Amino acid sequence: MSSAVTANGHDEAHHHGPPKGIGRWLFSTNHKDIGTMYLFFSLIMLLLGGAMAMLIRAELFMPGLQLLEPDLYNNLVTNHALIMVFGAVMPAGVGLANWMIPMMIGAPDMALPRLNNLSFWLLPMAAIMLVSSMIVPFFPFGGGAVNTGWTLYPPLSVQAGMGMDLVIFTVHILGISSILGSINIITTIVNMRAPDMTWFKLPIFVWAWLFTAFLLILILPVLAGGVTMLLFDRHFGTSFFDAAGGGDPVLFQHLFWFFGHPEVYVLLLPSIGVLGMIIPTFARKPLFGYKPLIFFMGFLAILGMVVWAHHQYTIGMSLNTTTYFMIGTILISIPVGLMLFNFMCTMWRGSMTFETPMLFAISIILMFSFAGVTGVMLAVVPADLQYHDTYFVVAHFHYALIPGSVLGLFAATFYWLPKWTGNMYDEKLGKIFFWWNVISFNITFFPQHFSGLAGMPRRIVDYSGQFVEFNVISSLGAFMFGVSHLLFAYIIIKTIRGGEKAPDKPWEGGQIGTPGLEWTVSSPPPFHTFETPPAVK
Amino acid sequence: MQSCKKTLQKTAGIAGLLGAGSVHADLALNLPEPVSPLAIEIYDLHMLTAKMALYIMIVVTAIIIYSLVKFRKSEGYVADQKFHEGLFGRFGWILVPVIVLGIDATIAGPGMKTLNNVEDYSEPDMTVKVVGSQWKWTYEYLDDDLRIVSNLKKLDPSDELYLRDVDNPLVLPINKRVRFLHTATDVLHAWWVPEIVYKKDSIPGYINETWTIIEKEGTYRGQCAENCGTGHAYMPIVVKALSQEKYDVWLAGQKQASAAAAAEAASDKEWSKAELMTRGEELYNKNCAACHQANGAGIPGVFPGLVGSPIATGPVGGHLDIVVKGKAGSAMAAWGAQLNDLEIAAIVTFERNSWGNDTGDIVQPAAAKAAR
Repeated sequence: MSSAVTANGHDEAHHHGPPKGIGRWLFSTNHKDIGTMYLFFSLIMLLLGGAMAMLIRAELFMPGLQLLEPDLYNNLVTNHALIMVFGAVMPAGVGLANWMIPMMIGAPDMALPRLNNLSFWLLPMAAIMLVSSMIVPFFPFGGGAVNTGWTLYPPLSVQAGMGMDLVIFTVHILGISSILGSINIITTIVNMRAPDMTWFKLPIFVWAWLFTAFLLILILPVLAGGVTMLLFDRHFGTSFFDAAGGGDPVLFQHLFWFFGHPEVYVLLLPSIGVLGMIIPTFARKPLFGYKPLIFFMGFLAILGMVVWAHHQYTIGMSLNTTTYFMIGTILISIPVGLMLFNFMCTMWRGSMTFETPMLFAISIILMFSFAGVTGVMLAVVPADLQYHDTYFVVAHFHYALIPGSVLGLFAATFYWLPKWTGNMYDEKLGKIFFWWNVISFNITFFPQHFSGLAGMPRRIVDYSGQFVEFNVISSLGAFMFGVSHLLFAYIIIKTIRGGEKAPDKPWEGGQIGTPGLEWTVSSPPPFHTFETPPAVK
Repeated sequence: MQSCKKTLQKTAGIAGLLGAGSVHADLALNLPEPVSPLAIEIYDLHMLTAKMALYIMIVVTAIIIYSLVKFRKSEGYVADQKFHEGLFGRFGWILVPVIVLGIDATIAGPGMKTLNNVEDYSEPDMTVKVVGSQWKWTYEYLDDDLRIVSNLKKLDPSDELYLRDVDNPLVLPINKRVRFLHTATDVLHAWWVPEIVYKKDSIPGYINETWTIIEKEGTYRGQCAENCGTGHAYMPIVVKALSQEKYDVWLAGQKQASAAAAAEAASDKEWSKAELMTRGEELYNKNCAACHQANGAGIPGVFPGLVGSPIATGPVGGHLDIVVKGKAGSAMAAWGAQLNDLEIAAIVTFERNSWGNDTGDIVQPAAAKAAR
């Protein structure tokens, strides 16, 4: 019913159509347009960060130096991570939140539309600075490359040249953008719900983002503080991290990982929210254990804040401290296990069909479980003293972050693309993309568990003959994995340009599994939705 | 240990199958075979958690495959809309903390036990201080007043030991409890030889401790595990474990050689330019060329070149000063602690008279001593 109201409202509106020209995007305060910009920005960053990964894998294809100098290599490693985490995954999550949260809770727009515009337009500026950080070392005044990896550990980061300053300011700007975005999302969820949309009627995706936004506000200032101290050490003669001046190089690691570990859940939770929408849809029955899932997401967010030092077991903490972090980390398996359990029980006795979003969702459950069990292996301190800083860790976190967040974003894209564009994507291409992407992902990263156990450290530009086989397989897989994303971009563009018209309710099961407000508006939705609050069942 | 050996054999079998026809027959799929009690304990812990991981994955995969086969619309299965409201739907979640806690406890118990052994700092038989620097390892035998500097041995990428061999390995006796003290002079490093000892970071200003008892003679290899910049991939570690008798012979030889070198450096001998240049070139390539490059050109923007530089062609005093004391806030280390007077004199002489630098200066050890 409400869809009819809004559709009419749109037709009769006086100034409610989208503005024309570039101004529509530059000055946009519309949550859908800003969401679209976030998503496109993220896609571009995904391809850029992916191109860097291709260079990295090409260099590692064979022992010896073929393409890259060691410093340039590690600069690519640094920027690949920063671009993927801050440029691709986080903006994509915010893009989904922008598009979907107002439509899911029955709000006309985000609570703070101008702030929304600002938090997006900070991103391209930060991206330009991040890319410049890679370019300045090629100039005589630029100094050494940012060869530290994304963790930016001093004292190495104090040695680096001007690129490091650009990275520091990039982190500041990205941090501001994320905090503003989070404030906006929290405000929207708390204040803008339709009158009858009570807390426990909220779709799981909205809950997931509520926790994510709180996490971001809590952790980003700590990272910003840490890198600012680094900046002062580099230029203003302080010794926060310089042992010779009474400082402590390990302090930075604590500050970084106090941000860095919850950041993993910032990347993960939106995708968990997406799975909580997709699986009920294609299993044609409601989500299993809705309330426990919410409470355990909260538990995960809190526990995630207090286990950061498991990234630094090797720094020589006291026995008691190490034990505490080990137990805390192992306990993370409980909330994560519950999420996977709930998704599996949602599938259980469902009536499943296997469209592209569902295929991704199922593969995510499997591969993220795998990341979970290798995570428990890594949590056990003595064993970690062997695994630490090897390719075993690289394999683990790519299994956690690619299925756990990137593939979730792909699934979300396929799931909501019909709603966003009004066109169905090409199901056949979608399925080809799924199999191509997931198989090549496994070819790339599964062998890295073995090269890590065999003793290959991270962030090395060159390796000895004993690691050749694994790296050849990994590189070949990576090239296939990389190219598959061009197909992804092609499918998106093709869907935007045309295709079979999507009904308002493109997924049959959406009415049974997740009968939310977003399906009551037309596909594509009018420029302004829910100008009068919708009725909630 | 029994289970550990069995698994090793199995692993070796799989590795053999996969590696058949490959150049490198030692393709490994698992941690290398440990040769110290603690490394063996860690290995067993690793196998325990790996097995738990495997079992969990089998159960999860089985449930999912069963669901995919059974609960599909194309088979006409009708969804059970009340499933989430039933008794299992309301209380089934309790199963997760119960089962997962059980698994966690199974893992955490042995984990804590091994961790206590890792942190067991009983009286060692000998102590080696391991110092990481960009990009070499220095080993100080604290009980014997002996120091070994270990650099990468340059080999061709096709060589089996490419990036795995050094000029001077760390030599240790077997069946002795050895304590390693880890620290660094410039940035973070991590000393890691998986067969004999796990890793703890080498951090400037910190001293971390690890220990081992090597139970088998042999050569064990590892490399720097913590990113330390340009040369991170070029910091291999080689440990040679010898029987006590062989170790004693080696130690006596080393002590003699280092005493002779010290005596030579302290002698009043007036060194000729040719002698200093020959020694200087060798020492330069070993200690300086990693940054300043063999041709003295450095890496623009990162490491300053020495060709025609104001320091290498300016007053001798300034040149000696920077070599002996280093340059604060840069990668340039203070070499005074690592090289003797003769070595510093030889390097400075070499740098001032090579690659077109033609100051003609001959720097004697006495000058280096005065610069300290």
